[in-house]
Amino acid sequence: MEFIEFLILFPFLIAGVLAVTQNNTARKTIVYLSGGIIIAAAIALAVSQLVLGSGNAKTWRGEESLIHIVDYAMLAVEAFLMVLVVILSIKHRKYYAGLLSVIGTVLVGWFELSGRAVKGTANLYCDRLTVVMCLVIAVIGSLICMYAVGYMHDYHHHHTEYKDRRTFFFPMLFVFLGAMFGLVTSSNLIWIYFFWEITSISSFLLIGYTRTKEAVNNSFRALWMNLLGGLGFAAAIVLAGMRLNVGTLQELVSYSDKALILVPVILLAFAAITKSAQMPFSRWLLGAMVAPTPTSALLHSATMVKAGVYLLLRLAPVMGGELSGTMVSVIGGFTFLIASMLAITVSDGKKVLAYSTISNLGLITACAGVGSPDTVWAGVLLLMFHAVSKSMLFQAVGSFENATGSRNIEDMHGLMRSYPRLAIIMVIGIAGMFLAPFGMLISKWAALKAFVDAKNIFLVVSIVFGSATTMLYWTKWLAKILICKADTHKVTHKTPGSEWTSLFTHAALMIVLCVSLPISSKRLIEPLLSQLYSKTVSVLSVEDLIIMVIMMFMIFVVPAVAGLFVHKIKVKPVITYMSGINNGDDRRFIGSFGERKLQYLSNWYMVDYFGEKRIWKPAVYVATALIVIFISLAISTLTGGVI
Amino acid sequence: MSTIIGIIAFIVFAPFAGGLLSGIDRKLTARMQGRIGPPILQPFYDVKKLLNKEILLINNMQILFMWCFLVFIVFTGALFCGGSNILLVFFVLTTAAMFLVLEASLTNSAYATMGANREMIQMLSYEPMVLLTAVGFYVATAFSTGTGTFNLHEIVDNSPIPNIVYLPGVFIGFLYILTIKLRKSPFDISMSHHAHQEMVKGVTTELSGGLMALMEISHWYENVFLLLVVSLFIICDAWWSIPLAVVVVAAAFFLEILIDNTSARVKWDVMLKSAWAVTLVFGCINVFILQLI
Amino acid sequence: MAKVAKSPWLLHYDGSSCNGCDIEVLACLTPVYDVERFGVINTGNPKHADILLITGGINSQNKPVVEQLYSQMPSPKVVVAVGICACNGGVFKECYNILGGVDKVLPVDIYVPGCAARPNAIIDGVVKAVALLEEKRAKMDSEGGNNK
Repeated sequence: MEFIEFLILFPFLIAGVLAVTQNNTARKTIVYLSGGIIIAAAIALAVSQLVLGSGNAKTWRGEESLIHIVDYAMLAVEAFLMVLVVILSIKHRKYYAGLLSVIGTVLVGWFELSGRAVKGTANLYCDRLTVVMCLVIAVIGSLICMYAVGYMHDYHHHHTEYKDRRTFFFPMLFVFLGAMFGLVTSSNLIWIYFFWEITSISSFLLIGYTRTKEAVNNSFRALWMNLLGGLGFAAAIVLAGMRLNVGTLQELVSYSDKALILVPVILLAFAAITKSAQMPFSRWLLGAMVAPTPTSALLHSATMVKAGVYLLLRLAPVMGGELSGTMVSVIGGFTFLIASMLAITVSDGKKVLAYSTISNLGLITACAGVGSPDTVWAGVLLLMFHAVSKSMLFQAVGSFENATGSRNIEDMHGLMRSYPRLAIIMVIGIAGMFLAPFGMLISKWAALKAFVDAKNIFLVVSIVFGSATTMLYWTKWLAKILICKADTHKVTHKTPGSEWTSLFTHAALMIVLCVSLPISSKRLIEPLLSQLYSKTVSVLSVEDLIIMVIMMFMIFVVPAVAGLFVHKIKVKPVITYMSGINNGDDRRFIGSFGERKLQYLSNWYMVDYFGEKRIWKPAVYVATALIVIFISLAISTLTGGVI
Repeated sequence: MSTIIGIIAFIVFAPFAGGLLSGIDRKLTARMQGRIGPPILQPFYDVKKLLNKEILLINNMQILFMWCFLVFIVFTGALFCGGSNILLVFFVLTTAAMFLVLEASLTNSAYATMGANREMIQMLSYEPMVLLTAVGFYVATAFSTGTGTFNLHEIVDNSPIPNIVYLPGVFIGFLYILTIKLRKSPFDISMSHHAHQEMVKGVTTELSGGLMALMEISHWYENVFLLLVVSLFIICDAWWSIPLAVVVVAAAFFLEILIDNTSARVKWDVMLKSAWAVTLVFGCINVFILQLI
Repeated sequence: MAKVAKSPWLLHYDGSSCNGCDIEVLACLTPVYDVERFGVINTGNPKHADILLITGGINSQNKPVVEQLYSQMPSPKVVVAVGICACNGGVFKECYNILGGVDKVLPVDIYVPGCAARPNAIIDGVVKAVALLEEKRAKMDSEGGNNK
């Protein structure tokens, strides 16, 4: 309990300190120290819960008088945020955002102040899923903050046109972390909503960091989409409270009559879909790229989007086989396919990562929507792997951009020679994401099996086609990095030590995650599922796990060991075949007039087939229609005589 | 026990079978063109020759990735013959193909890179159908026995009649992408076994000597594995299914050679569109209907 | 047993030929002559080739090309000059741009004369080249030059 309170409050405290810290060195020290403390606290929480404690779920109600004050404080903060959003939306003439904020806040405020709010049995809650989420947020989030110290220094060095607002930036990062801790440890729906809104608004502020026109537009897009989701959340709270007399997430999930909770659950799922940037709300996550890299890394990997899938995983046990589950899995599967197709067509490294984030979240969403223990198991695994690898890849691309001034994958041609350290980081990130059997592969496997069992041919098609397109965009990126070009110029830029600290810790984490997975699956994730489903759950036979360990060993160890030997082999080097007109350096050829011409090898992007222009709009229409249909169906059960 | 025998049998005999198949392929092709053609054992002579030649390399990483390709292909087949999980087998197969793409790309050679890009398009084209084939077997066993399975032993042991009866559409779809996987015209766009192409030798352009021999051996393993997948459509719990499987596999192989010799190569977009269309029309509808009944 | 003799793969290069010899080279692949009987494949890729088959003389434009192609072939390798132009320049010998036969730039092993060289002669030349390949391979062994 102490650790949870600490995890929630400490980042806010640090945010306050950072807001008044002008000195760069002092800021660096504070970020490093507090990052370390947060990680230590999360580990301490894990140890006290899982090793010293029994690992059983724990709930806390808290002192009545204290809770009363906290409730009012939250309401006050929400009101303040509403005013802030309204002012900003009037200033930038984006009135709809302000309107959404007012409706949501007034709805919840009225609900609470009128005394209709349900006093749930618990305010805070901690089970194994909470612990896993806390670990992910603490470790990845803190590392991103550390990375940001060096990155923002370089960033403002390169981008003198933007005002240096680091005293605003760093506090927001920590506010974000605190809100995320609050979100995953709260049980009270109103509390979750409070933290939910904080993440929405702080992401809005972070995306708009540079204050350019594009940044402002994108930040408002992120804001209105998330506020719309927040509105769904607020409606769900009011419905659950007034109709079912339920005030906590856990009570909602364990409610006996599944038909009655359908509408609140589907509204919460809707909120989660907006937050985890599923179709048709994917646009905001793409827009978030305009922000400095630490923001994108934070939004895409450990926080924000993970809040959405976290909620879905919590709801998974009651969604399986229901209308809500069908909606979530269909939207997830659809997003997985569409986003992976779009990822083929872009060459901007950050954009590829953004699409792949959306796509991966789609897979997690689909897994949660199916709601069987197997798929939730895959979903949790994918969540962990995705957090580490995506954060690592974003940071690697960010470092690449600071080093070379470009984040285009085409410019990563031969990175293995020009900047080997960074290239190895990227290779580990990509391999961990889609090559290692415990990343994408296992979740595709579990999801495919569950979709077939659920007789959902649409989802099966999404997975089989989506996995082909996913394979394509990762492979071509990997190939681009690995190219060994003769006499490549080394990148001379010095990447700051803080970036390396974060990058190498990520790489080590990735490898530890892969290697330890069979054990942690048995010890951590299966008990976690047993908790979620209140029954003993066992997934994947030992035999299959062994084969996967062998495969992982082959993927990581065989090339590494062979690589050591291969370096020593002496063979006759020769230039590449260019119909006999190789200039001798593998990079130029002799043209028909005897002049030297540069050869340029580009990846394929197939814009005519999978381009944004071609498939984005139809996809948004289809997804919107699906959501509208499903939610209308669910709401029609309200009037259909259930009351 | 049978698992270990299966694995060892594959690792030991597959290259011989694959080499012979390749020889038969060339002989048949020659006969279809009105030529006498090389000896049946010609592929073995070729590999022996390649092993006796000097190795010229662009860089040492080529050796690494070539070996990875071979190891993963052998692993695919061994898992298959060991009766593992068919979905896992296909995942490993994709990983192997990816190593080939990486091998070709990292040379920074124009023709090899072009081959690698086209190889990726080929993977994009056949991957959905390959996965759908696994799904097809799962659905078919679910249909006939009540519980679906990806386990190869169970697929064979639990089927009273050949699964092709339930999976005619999936079978057609698989034959279609088999043309891509066997690198047969009209879909031999990334590398052809026919000489003198516009993209030279595609992915294998920068391979020489022993490495090219590895490539050939990998292909033998791969081809045998692919034909074993074809036989999986036939083999069931009855003894007569085995001779029948041999006949069907031979017919499928002959059909592929016939297609190879009677069609001109298409552009990549035609391949992609048609392969996906076949997957959707034959594969998906077959699975869908099977689930409905 | 023969190590390399049973699978000679060709690289066919057209120097400044009038295309007469090239047509005859291609004729070797047709059903009438079917050179694949001997395991011969026209690879079109120096890295796979054992025999460099050149038709036509060498001019100053293609001199570096021929040299580069030859350097990209793995040992053992044999050069066969097909047609009189490839042998010594032929009727183009005195042209301002012709340097002469292939042996001006590469060590030619087999000369197949004729204008145009007949398919039977070309096949005969290839078979002789194969024997030479085997010899060169043996020499590589004795010199310990094999890096396999």
